[in-house]
Amino acid sequence: MRSTLATILLAASGLFMGTIVQAKDVKVGIVQSTSGGSAALYGIMQKNAAELAIAEINASGALGDIKLVGIHQDDAGDRGQTVNIFQRLISQEKVKAIFGPTLTNSAFAADPLAQRAKVPVIASSNTAPGVTAMGDFIFRTCATEPMVFPGVLDYVIKKRAPKTSAQIYGIDDMLMKTAYDVHKKALEKAGIKIVATETFQKGDVDYSAQLTKIKAANPDIVVIGGLAEETANIVRQARQLGIPASTIMLGANAAISTKLHDLAGPAAEGFLVGSGWFIGYDSPKNKAFVEAYRAKYNTNPDTFAAQAYAAVYVFADALKRAGGADDPVKLRDAIAATKDLDTSLGKISFDASREPVLSAKVLELKDGKFVLVSGD
Amino acid sequence: MEVFAQQIVNGLSIGSIYAVFAIGCTLIFGVLNIINLAQGAFLMIGACVGLEAARFGLPLPVTLLVAAFGGGLLGVLSEQFMFRPLRKAGGHRWMGLVASLALARLLVGVAQEIFGTEVQAYPRSSMSAIIWQIGGVRIQALQLFIIAAAVVLMLLFAFILQRTSLGRAIRTVAFSEDVARIVGVRVESATLVTFFIAGALAGAAGLLLGVLFNVVSPFMGDSALVKGLTVMILGGLGNIPGAVAGGFLLGLLEVFSVAYVSSAFRDAIGFGLIFLILLVKPTGLFSGFEERRA
Repeated sequence: MRSTLATILLAASGLFMGTIVQAKDVKVGIVQSTSGGSAALYGIMQKNAAELAIAEINASGALGDIKLVGIHQDDAGDRGQTVNIFQRLISQEKVKAIFGPTLTNSAFAADPLAQRAKVPVIASSNTAPGVTAMGDFIFRTCATEPMVFPGVLDYVIKKRAPKTSAQIYGIDDMLMKTAYDVHKKALEKAGIKIVATETFQKGDVDYSAQLTKIKAANPDIVVIGGLAEETANIVRQARQLGIPASTIMLGANAAISTKLHDLAGPAAEGFLVGSGWFIGYDSPKNKAFVEAYRAKYNTNPDTFAAQAYAAVYVFADALKRAGGADDPVKLRDAIAATKDLDTSLGKISFDASREPVLSAKVLELKDGKFVLVSGD
Repeated sequence: MEVFAQQIVNGLSIGSIYAVFAIGCTLIFGVLNIINLAQGAFLMIGACVGLEAARFGLPLPVTLLVAAFGGGLLGVLSEQFMFRPLRKAGGHRWMGLVASLALARLLVGVAQEIFGTEVQAYPRSSMSAIIWQIGGVRIQALQLFIIAAAVVLMLLFAFILQRTSLGRAIRTVAFSEDVARIVGVRVESATLVTFFIAGALAGAAGLLLGVLFNVVSPFMGDSALVKGLTVMILGGLGNIPGAVAGGFLLGLLEVFSVAYVSSAFRDAIGFGLIFLILLVKPTGLFSGFEERRA
């Protein structure tokens, strides 16, 4: 009798909510920008990958009778909207976890809401320092700039022994400003003299004035703190202005995207970047992911897609170990206890500050593809 | 010296695009006394339509015409279905401003649906591969094409405005709609042509911007609009030669504030100087239709 009543109530509430929820459904929020300029470059891939992972997990029956229900919301790269979406997902949809948001700026605005409500957040593209420091419910699967850049620089030092460098970065993007700091520290530590520092802003298309200055300073390497489309144009314009191929271009982790070669063309050859993942990463889990993604979306996944995909698998694994999503603290502890879980990124664990423990890979753009040059 | 010359080339390339775009903005203001905030979206649509044409395999000068036509068509439609009904209904010209903002958002939304949100590049043309090195200065064939195209567009437009009966009609409407009616100018069609030319210039600017910098996206019109409005004010509202001079000046200002001060202060210096110019000459570099009317 009671269960009939509960069913009726549930059905009734389902009518109001617009979605009929079954007892064993676990709702999760996917907050990724699918509009809003360059943010969408990263958001669409992550949304696709998260939805792919959810579909696979549900189809596999790995969670028993629990079914994951992904609710995607587009924040258009605007942190005000991210906050609204988090509120709605937490209080109305009662999601048990949130994957995202796309941009670090949005994460700093919205993640505290989830932290207060004890809803775990697993980010896959918020690479700036301090994201997981917001609270013990905030995790991420993305390799951060300090994790990957020193490896890239070491590789260049071994190969070319550069003495001078130039830096150019997006001054109005927190992610790029922090990437700049990481790059600068690593360069100084390596004893490489910084002979020029230039900046640009979101929406800029013409970098020729800055690059002309950099060319005059004649550095051995140029370190670019920009998103994929910005980096692509900087690299292209740099070569057009006659910065020689012997000057190696290094980029931030955020620049890894199939778009880089699409936009820059042959000018991007030899571009170096550090990453937690790359498309040719040779592991059964990754190969299966890349194939499934291609089959479903007709395009290659990028690093953020792989990280978003892994985030969902991390959650599903923890959900299973926690025996369901009813106790948020138990669920959080289970995520934190993730140890050497084999994912598309390789084996992933979390350290005490909920940062991912992954092996970093140094990638070079060769013949239009990122290939592994060092790492494991 | 080499660096200086290179920066001049850099500034002239971007400045010529600013100039083409700003002429359209200032023309509409000069003739109709309204600011059309949808010009940025026309620029973006021009770039998108031009991109489709380029992918179809059409040569660059033809894609330029396609982009201009696309922008021009939108200009005509915006007048026919938005600005004119608003004027007929007795709307204040601020209403046209807000309506044009709405139109801009609508076009961005439509472009997102049709072209996607990702930044796209023009097919690599043989022209971008040709780079001349004169001393230490590198000039792309593409840059010369763009500067030349900008100059041709400006001359063509100046010719139409100064030497043809159509141009006389437009100038009469700009002077006074009532006077134009009295002397028998068909105000409606002169207005439509004005919107076509302004839209076409925006569309052409969009294509040039897209080809030179390889950035076509639904959002490319936003920052262009800010530059266009700046140039329009700098050159004197409604003043065509002012828009041309202002466009080149803004391009050079931006480049040289990066070159000799710091890229971190580029906009602060650029806009700061514009503010100073306006303090000394509040009507802009050249006086506009406004002043001549009074």
